[in-house]
Amino acid sequence: MPSAGGFSGFRWTEANALRAAEIIGRYPPGRQQSAIMPLLWLAQYQMLEQTGSAWLPLPVIEYVADQLQMPRMRALEVATFYTMYNLKPVGRFHVQVCGTTPCMLRGAEDIMAACRAFGLKTGEVTHNGLFTLSEVECLGACVNAPMVQVNDDFYEDLTPETMTAILEAFARGETPRPGPQVGRQFSAPLGGPTTLRELA
Amino acid sequence: MLADSDRIFTNLYGERDWGIEGAMARGDWRDTADLLALGPDRLIDIVKASGLRGRGGAGFPTGVKWGFMPKEPRPDRPSYLVINADESEPGTCKDREIIRHDPHKLLEGALLAGYAMRARACYIYIRGEFVREAERLEAAVRQAYDRGFLGAKACGTGYAYDVFVHRGAGAYICGEETALIESLEGKKGQPRLKPPFPAGVGLYGCPTTVNNVESIAVIPTIVRRGAEWFAGIGRPNNTGTKLFCISGHVERPCTVEEAMGISFRELVETHCGGIRGGWDNLLAVIPGGSSVPLVPAHEIIDAPMDFDGLRELKSGLGTAAVIVMDRSTDIVKAIARISYFYKHESCGQCTPCREGTGWMWRVMNRLVTGDAEPHEIDLLLDVAGQVEGHTICALGDAAAWPIQGLIRHFRPEIEARIARRRGFVQVPDTVPPLAAAAE
Repeated sequence: MPSAGGFSGFRWTEANALRAAEIIGRYPPGRQQSAIMPLLWLAQYQMLEQTGSAWLPLPVIEYVADQLQMPRMRALEVATFYTMYNLKPVGRFHVQVCGTTPCMLRGAEDIMAACRAFGLKTGEVTHNGLFTLSEVECLGACVNAPMVQVNDDFYEDLTPETMTAILEAFARGETPRPGPQVGRQFSAPLGGPTTLRELA
Repeated sequence: MLADSDRIFTNLYGERDWGIEGAMARGDWRDTADLLALGPDRLIDIVKASGLRGRGGAGFPTGVKWGFMPKEPRPDRPSYLVINADESEPGTCKDREIIRHDPHKLLEGALLAGYAMRARACYIYIRGEFVREAERLEAAVRQAYDRGFLGAKACGTGYAYDVFVHRGAGAYICGEETALIESLEGKKGQPRLKPPFPAGVGLYGCPTTVNNVESIAVIPTIVRRGAEWFAGIGRPNNTGTKLFCISGHVERPCTVEEAMGISFRELVETHCGGIRGGWDNLLAVIPGGSSVPLVPAHEIIDAPMDFDGLRELKSGLGTAAVIVMDRSTDIVKAIARISYFYKHESCGQCTPCREGTGWMWRVMNRLVTGDAEPHEIDLLLDVAGQVEGHTICALGDAAAWPIQGLIRHFRPEIEARIARRRGFVQVPDTVPPLAAAAE
């Protein structure tokens, strides 16, 4: 159950109010409940902007439910069903390590250990408010395993060393370059594609 | 090897412009109005004749599925195309490449498919974790609207057709078509009982077809080059090209488009630089995403990678997500981790799945260390059989099959672990040298 945490005054920013109206317009009249997921996303992003933590306190969920004229309980069901809505505060950088078999086969456990060695703890915000660590299920970048998601970006083809370097960069206030960390063209084989070479 | 001239996804690795200029230079959106002029029935016939089977895992013939949609939709019950971009099956990462590097193939396919099934609009449901991919897709949709390819008069015809992107939020089950529809309606993603099937009662109670990203993105090329061209690649009933994602213990994991029916050996040798440590080091392969049973090395090496070829090995092509495991793999642990995945992703609606996935995972965990009674192997098989086929959707089956596959092929390994744990230092004779070597 998400906590209230003093967010009962939550309102859309001017820009997000316009965006919310545009989102609701994507669905047929009377079907505005379809907008619950995109609006919860929008709210979670606004929370990150305003508080430094991307999460959904109960009053925020209720605010979105009221706008869509749906029972608050139905909105709460959605917020609790989907794992990407955070029901308690997370660090500014939410480090989500993929632990499912394809990543595990390529060393996901070592990546997790590197995060822990850096001081990250599963489900907890570090004392400087910067990091939260989660083990998550398959993120859909299996040929670039092992990989992690930090907020909206994927960091792929990791080693414990590159993982640590990425965390150090975030801690310094930099945004490390997402994608493969081994000089590889997205999902092409390391060393260069075996197909479509003459078109390149 | 498939000739480059027969490849559909010519920007698979994002080396060229993903945007509309680059896409048009590669042949997308070229005379699309002429393709629409073929008419819905002709388009469905072409897709049927191509032999295209759904690329999301089940392999149902795409053209046949479209044929279930009403030919004259009522104005108060418009038809919908929903594209499943909730790519979450462990091992699978092909739709991501289409969305971020060739999004206009998907959008042009969405228009042709929508027209063929007489849909009013299309929703593309993309998994929540694909944030950048969703941004790319929305940008591509805007480009297509700006050019008049989508919208009130799509491609200058009288056909009004809208495309919307809808982001999920981290639930594997939403890849199941009726759970996806529930989620799109703003609810928990819990599958619906079928029948009624979505083609009768789908999104908002209206006729709906749910297709995988890859199934839709190949449509424009099939229509342009002809059903015969597509049907001429691969084997009968297993036609066309396919994106394979090869992960795990190969030298160079990658995603690549190949002909259906390519042998496992050629696929890995040509594109992945072989098995890590050589072919003798191959232990087992999960050939179609985590839901399908594993296949031991000697059975898969020369097997054709297609629907029928892998079904003969009691496994399946699934999403063509090929997870390769060499002899350094703790095979019981690898499958136990998959059991954890299904426990985590069970939506909780049906008792056999909600309770069974957790129960099976806990037993699997004990089998990893051998902390079990020998009879529990059969008990686990029995419970897996009771979960399989007794749930609303196929997640229960998907949780049971990997365990059944493991016991079918690696039972001596599990028994040896139990024996060792129970103090029998001597490894029983039934254990093959392979399993003993892995210790």
